Amino acid sequence: MNEVLLLHYEIRGGDFIHAGESSGHVKNILKRLGFHPNLIRRTAIAMYEGEINMVIHAGGGTADVKITPEQIEIRLADHGPGIKNLDLAMREGYSTASDSVRELGFGAGMGLPNMKKYADDLKIRTAVGKGTTVSILTKVSRNQG
Amino acid sequence: MTVEKLCKALGGTVVSGGAAMNENVTGYYCGDLLSRVMANAPKGCAWITVMGNVNAVAVALMAEAACILLAENVNPDPDAVEKAREKNIAVLCCGRTAGELAVAVHEALCHEQP
Ligand SMILES: Nc1ncnc2c1ncn2[C@@H]1O[C@H](COP(=O)(O)OP(=O)(O)O)[C@@H](O)[C@H]1O
Ligand SMILES: [Mg+2]
Repeated sequence: MNEVLLLHYEIRGGDFIHAGESSGHVKNILKRLGFHPNLIRRTAIAMYEGEINMVIHAGGGTADVKITPEQIEIRLADHGPGIKNLDLAMREGYSTASDSVRELGFGAGMGLPNMKKYADDLKIRTAVGKGTTVSILTKVSRNQG
Repeated sequence: MTVEKLCKALGGTVVSGGAAMNENVTGYYCGDLLSRVMANAPKGCAWITVMGNVNAVAVALMAEAACILLAENVNPDPDAVEKAREKNIAVLCCGRTAGELAVAVHEALCHEQP
C-alpha cells in the first residue's frame, strides 16, 4: 500500500449494540492491508476505548481515520460535556461512569490510560461545555525489527 | 490447543461456535472489567468472565481472545450471541467458577500432547 486511505464514521451516543463497529471495521481494513499484527491490535484497542468513551460520556461523535504506510492517525471528535480535569481523567481508576454503565463492564477508569499505553502519541483537546477531540497516533516503526 | 478441544476438556456448552472453534488457545485471562481485559489479557487467551453482554464480544474481538468462557452458567444476552456469531467469536458456557475454569484451562494446556 502506498496511498493514503481516509475513513469516516458517525458514532451514536448510548448505542452499546453498535459500539465497536467502527474500530472493528478499521481493524479489518488494517488486516487486509497487511499491517503488523501488534500494530493492528493496539490501534484497534486504542480506537475502541475512544469510541466507547464517546458512546458513554459524550452523546456520540465522529471518528476520522487516516491510514498511510507509516502510521495510523485517528481523530475522535465530540460535542459532549468535555473533561473538567484532564490530569485526573488520565489517572488509572478515575471514572465518572454511572452505575448502569458500570454494570455493563465499563467504568474501570482505564480507557484513557489504555489509549496512552497502546498509542505512540495521544493528544486530547477538551473544553467544558464544548466537547473533546482525541487524536491517537500509532506508528508502524514501533513494530518493526 | 483448539477451542474445540478445550471445550471438550471443560465440558462446556457451545453458545457460538462454527469456524471459531478452530481458533488456537495459548493462554487464559480472568476478569470482568472490560478496559482491564483490553489492557492485560494476552492475545489468543481463553477469556473467563461473567460478562455475557454484547460489549464483551466487542472486547474479545479487540483483545483478540481465542474465545469467551462464561463462568457460573451465565447466560449470554441474545444480542451478544448474535454478535458473536456474526463476528466469528466462540462463546462457551460452563458451570464452574472463574477460578476453577482458569485452573482447568491451565491443566488442559499443560497436558496437551505436542
Ligand atoms: N469523550 C469524552 N467526553 C467527556 N468526558 C470524557 C470523555 N472521555 C473520557 N471522559 C472522562 O474521563 C474519565 C476517564 O475516562 P476513561 O479512562 O476512559 O475511564 P471510563 O470510561 O472507564 O470512565 C471518564 O469517566 C469521563 O469522566
Ligand atoms: Mg472509557
